[in-house]
Amino acid sequence: MPKEPVAVVGIGQTKHVAARHDVSIAGLVREAAVRALADAELTWADIDAVVIGKAPDFFEGVMMPELYLADALGAVGKPMLRVHTAGSVGGSTALVAANLVSARVHRTVLTLAFEKQSESNAMWGLSLPVPFQQPLLAGAGGFFAPHVRAYMRRTGAPDAVGSLVAYKDRRNALKNPYAHLHEHDLTLEKVQASPMLWDPIRYSETCPSSDGACAMVLTDREGAARAPRPPAWVHGGAMRSEPTLFAGKDFVSPRAGRDCAADVYRQAGITDPRREIDAVEMYVPFSWYEPMWLENLGFAEEGEGWKLTEAGVTELDGDLPVNPSGGVLSTNPIGASGMIRFAEAALQVRGAAGEHQVDGARRALGHAYGGGAQFFSMWLVGDTPPAG
Amino acid sequence: MKATPPPEILQAPLVVEFPFTRSLGPVQSAFLTGLRERTVLGVRTETGEILVPPVEYDPATAAELRDLVEVGVTGTVTTWAWNPEPRRGQPLATPFAWVLVRLDGADTAVLHALDAPGPEAVRTGLRVRIRWAAERSGAITDIACFEPYDSDPVVEHRPHDGLFADSVTGIVAPARLDYTYSPGAAQTRYLRGLAERRTVGERCPSCTKVYVPPRGACPTCGIATTDRVEVGPAGTVTTFCIVNIKAKNADIDVPYVYAHIALDGAGLALHGRIGGIPYDQVRMGLRVEPVWSEDGRYPDHYRPTGEPDADYDTYKELL
Repeated sequence: MPKEPVAVVGIGQTKHVAARHDVSIAGLVREAAVRALADAELTWADIDAVVIGKAPDFFEGVMMPELYLADALGAVGKPMLRVHTAGSVGGSTALVAANLVSARVHRTVLTLAFEKQSESNAMWGLSLPVPFQQPLLAGAGGFFAPHVRAYMRRTGAPDAVGSLVAYKDRRNALKNPYAHLHEHDLTLEKVQASPMLWDPIRYSETCPSSDGACAMVLTDREGAARAPRPPAWVHGGAMRSEPTLFAGKDFVSPRAGRDCAADVYRQAGITDPRREIDAVEMYVPFSWYEPMWLENLGFAEEGEGWKLTEAGVTELDGDLPVNPSGGVLSTNPIGASGMIRFAEAALQVRGAAGEHQVDGARRALGHAYGGGAQFFSMWLVGDTPPAG
Repeated sequence: MKATPPPEILQAPLVVEFPFTRSLGPVQSAFLTGLRERTVLGVRTETGEILVPPVEYDPATAAELRDLVEVGVTGTVTTWAWNPEPRRGQPLATPFAWVLVRLDGADTAVLHALDAPGPEAVRTGLRVRIRWAAERSGAITDIACFEPYDSDPVVEHRPHDGLFADSVTGIVAPARLDYTYSPGAAQTRYLRGLAERRTVGERCPSCTKVYVPPRGACPTCGIATTDRVEVGPAGTVTTFCIVNIKAKNADIDVPYVYAHIALDGAGLALHGRIGGIPYDQVRMGLRVEPVWSEDGRYPDHYRPTGEPDADYDTYKELL
């Protein structure tokens, strides 16, 4: 029996900000969920199951969000599941929800991811004083910066490429009312003059800390037929994992990322992603990850990713717009960041992205990664149901 | 029976604690501020039930609940359990009963402590009242505990707007976990080697890669690493960054270089600080060796050996 096609019929986000002191975590997730239900014109009673994801427990000290948030998410009498995969969790949470629909376990599933970074401490969560271990000497950016240098060495990319990404994403964010950073006065010169935190990563090339939530309603063919607005259809979705550290690990272009993308393209019948995909929402927490992932995801040959960025291909009006929403560089509630990528990809093919809409987007890729480039999750969505 | 590791394996306490902050939202803000004012608030559901403590969303219908009511400070024990040995952070230091108390006017029960001389003094149906803490700040601990109090049950609740002067909008929720941590046999062997200033990795019998530090198994092949191999002491800087902002728990002056170092013979790079050279002269391929401090478990940092730089092709797989 073929799989049930999965449609995204409702999307809701909170306005992402540095701190939402006005709401509890329950109030925050509720806001996103209510917006997703409103978009789908559904009620709590229409939801068969709830799948939620969040950042690692130590980040914000909420060990069992599924227990605490069942009331706020209308989960009484329904299955409620929680997904863990570090920074990629928003993506893998959406895929677990999609798989429940595609396997015909449930017909309509609410999926949601969140984080209140203002009430978390990610750096503390990542640097527990484990006995006998050498402490990480460099902070989160210091973990990633050597990989960026390795990319630059491997490809000969000029130093300025990172600043181009940051400037582009922050300008895109100005067109996205839900984005956290709205830096109206930012110039390329300001990005390039911002302090070098972990050389080669500058301050303006790093992601912010945000409070926010993102929710989606996924449903089957019948549910899509009743939807008031055009759905996005899931054409492919995959997850891959690998150890954080192992002999032969390629931090610049992890194999798990390449394999995950290849699996998604195979499911979606994509043979030339650069030509066949119209928009990409990829997880870029530090600017240089755009050219790195362009290669890892098959949009450019090895060593050529930075050339697409430099040539303006990834601009909103370019040939392959990357992060039209402003991306993680403009909005980063860690637990939700992956789902925001997936939701923004869906908004593009629904033609519902507003000012940051990519004209005529018919196929879009949502991408998330996490855990020191250990977990990858991606989906490809289209404006028509998948073939077959 | 609790398994204890063989004595040769290292272990040490690991205490993880952090004061998490929580924004309360409108309902919990009113509830906790009310406690500070010796007022107990509940919330009315669409079907007229009074939930105490109040919740923001109806557990049965998911409806948003904002209709606050004030209930009584006396109530009835609905069930209980005796706690003979109170632990750190519990409401009372002397033996007490955990109780569920349905306050007069409420339809649900609140969990708290009951101060009683012994289990024989506690029963389901016992009438109790709140004993307020002398110092109240807008927290559940503003209720010090419950105490037995002979009175007639009443159905007592009245509307409340939830508004108080200077309301509490957030709390600090300290979290603490006590672990006994053991790094395991492979890491113990590695640390014993380091104590003699030798870096001993373990080779995978299948892929022949040498793991430093060893983990007892090869994560790629999934089989035990048994063959111990001394690596280094010198190695090559494969990649690095210059740290310009102080990490919270690192007592090192910035800027400094944080590098990936592939010790000679190792199958992957480990991480360390580079010293003995100006930070802006560190480069990929730099040959380095460990510098030990008197009391350090690990090398304090790595310094240049003076050898010519390694060729990129020799370390490009070890970034």
